[in-house]
Amino acid sequence: MPRAFTPKVITANALIEGDVIYFTKDDTWTRDLACAEYLTDEAHAQVRLLDAEQQVDLVVGAYLADTTEGENGLEPTHFREEFRRTGPSNYFHGKQADSKQQDGQAA
Amino acid sequence: MYHYNDFDKAFLAERNRQFRAQVERRVAGNLTEEEFRPLRLMNGLYLQLHAYMLRVAIPYGSLSSAQMDTLALLAEKWDKGYGHFTTRQNIQYNWPKLTDVPDMLDALGKVGMHAIQTSGNTIRNVTADHFAGAAADELEDPRPVAELIRQWSTDHPEFQFMGRKFKIAVSAGAQDRAVLKAHDLAVRIVKNDAGEIGYQILVGGGLGRTPMVGKVLNDFLPREDLLPYIESTVSVWNQIGRRDNKYKARIKITVHETGLEEFRAKVEERYATVRPTFSGVDQDLFEDIKAHFAPPAFRNAPTVEFDSAYDANPLFRSWVDTNLTTHRAPGYSIVTVSLKKHGETPGDATADQMRALAQIARDYGHDELRISHEQNVILPHVHKSDLPAVYAALREADLHTANIGLISDIIACPGMDYCALATARAIPVAQQIATRFDELKLEHDIGHLQIKISGCINACGHHHVGHIGILGLDRAGVENYQITLGGDATWNAEIGQRAGPGFAYDEIVPAIERLVNGYLDLREGPEETFLEAYRRLGLAPFKAHLYPETQANAA
Ligand code: HEM
Ligand code: SF4
Repeated sequence: MPRAFTPKVITANALIEGDVIYFTKDDTWTRDLACAEYLTDEAHAQVRLLDAEQQVDLVVGAYLADTTEGENGLEPTHFREEFRRTGPSNYFHGKQADSKQQDGQAA
Repeated sequence: MYHYNDFDKAFLAERNRQFRAQVERRVAGNLTEEEFRPLRLMNGLYLQLHAYMLRVAIPYGSLSSAQMDTLALLAEKWDKGYGHFTTRQNIQYNWPKLTDVPDMLDALGKVGMHAIQTSGNTIRNVTADHFAGAAADELEDPRPVAELIRQWSTDHPEFQFMGRKFKIAVSAGAQDRAVLKAHDLAVRIVKNDAGEIGYQILVGGGLGRTPMVGKVLNDFLPREDLLPYIESTVSVWNQIGRRDNKYKARIKITVHETGLEEFRAKVEERYATVRPTFSGVDQDLFEDIKAHFAPPAFRNAPTVEFDSAYDANPLFRSWVDTNLTTHRAPGYSIVTVSLKKHGETPGDATADQMRALAQIARDYGHDELRISHEQNVILPHVHKSDLPAVYAALREADLHTANIGLISDIIACPGMDYCALATARAIPVAQQIATRFDELKLEHDIGHLQIKISGCINACGHHHVGHIGILGLDRAGVENYQITLGGDATWNAEIGQRAGPGFAYDEIVPAIERLVNGYLDLREGPEETFLEAYRRLGLAPFKAHLYPETQANAA
């Protein structure tokens, strides 16, 4: 029996900065997982991946990553994706720092 | 030190110009990622989890202070203020922007450095004993040979697209400090019964998925035959090595499947055609290169400042006893600067620390620095009378940790904190082990003990040859750590044995603590190191400490 489809988001690395980005409903890329398009249908997910891969001059290595809807919105199911959306554990660098900076600017 | 001539500089400038144009074409959308990827990898540029990573070669681990200053500049100007020194005597920058990389490469080019052949299926950065030119136990400085091999292999047309990468190491010490037996090919400088210097060639070592200890391919090669012999060896492998499966493509598998005898015969056969193509120009070049590595003008001076500081300052004394190695010149010492402060990331140095090291090398170290595969920095030539000043300067830069060869002097690869291939984290495990044993104030009592940690089976952290090896794996979506024991990275190279089932992330540090306490119980006395005790007793008694519950259940 084929395995049941588990929900996904499309993720990649930005071409210039190399950082982690997610594909949105309106064909743009976001640095925030919460704003990603949540894909619950397998056929639709495959079509969206094709759409994402069209944007060769913006992104590198787009793929589907397992995601669930938790209490605080979209959450990765695997620790690798958790690190990707957070940053390294030995320094306060990467997304964890960048998002704080953005919050700071907004405040 | 080897200094680039005009030809070398022009070559680098041209390569960098080409890469700049390639980056521009990629950004403009004129190159796809499939087209661009091999081009960026040829220039040492990877894409990791959170960003690009630029890997810069430090040939045979040798640096001048000007080069170290440039590494600091890169860290500060285009990265996040630090760099990571690796087991292959490279430095990795974890946060460059694609569009900044050409400027970084130009800055490196100005001091004769680059990132060429730090990736891809080429002959990689040639590594060497980090005490080269200073060690009391070496036959000669191995760096001229390493430089000769570097020049021969750089941009060698036959060896740009091989079946897999190829790693070469060189050493001339009685002790092996370069892990020769874990390399695809290693050159050990030896003396024969007639008193002539030549080369013993080892082949087929390697770690990764299928760890293997290198074997002697040729016991004594006369000096002038080195390059043709290496070229024949690489060429045979390049031809018969497997290209159907990248996990079977390294020379260790070729030698294993072909058999050492037959492989040697093939090398000899190839050698017969290759040898005549070497006219002796390489030997003239070798003589030129040797002149670049003339030893510095060692001075003859009293060491009273050292003696009085040693008597008066217990912190200085502890650092001296732990971080210094005997130098070949009277009155001199080799200083190993630890990049393993307890709780910090093994192998990381900030831009300020790099500049401080460069300044110390200028002031007290004949302008020379080395990077060790153990991810530390070496000041190879320091006169004893300067040691108190060097120690004071290192303290200023927070580089005075006295732990070389001890349990907190851990090798760790970037693991899942950076590396896209990782299956688990390695760095925080190293940080926690070091912090824990520092709290216990046990590490000097434990003595010589090497822990090596890799974040996946590729073994960049050398876990197979750690006295205690730790391999991070992904077991059903959770980090899990496998322990191996009894590995050895020296001339008596040994692949460690798996101790048993793995440990979860929050269980690994307590497991190591049980294991080390077990060793303290089991050893015959403080002179018996962990590895010696392990060799005497075997796995079983250590296992009992690692897995007390199973033991209890069995009882
Ligand atoms: C982007 C980061 C890295 C990638 C993609 C990478 C990739 C790999 C791969 C695929 C192997 C296995 C090769 C094989 O078995 O054929 C390997 C081995 C190795 N790498 Fe790395 N590595 C990375 C970082 C590092 C770092 C940071 C170091 C030094 C700390 C390092 C040093 C080594 C060493 C010593 C080996 C084992 C020796 C051998 O090649 O058999 N690598 N690496
Ligand atoms: S051992 Fe694995 S995790 Fe560590 S650097 Fe190498 S490839 Fe990455």
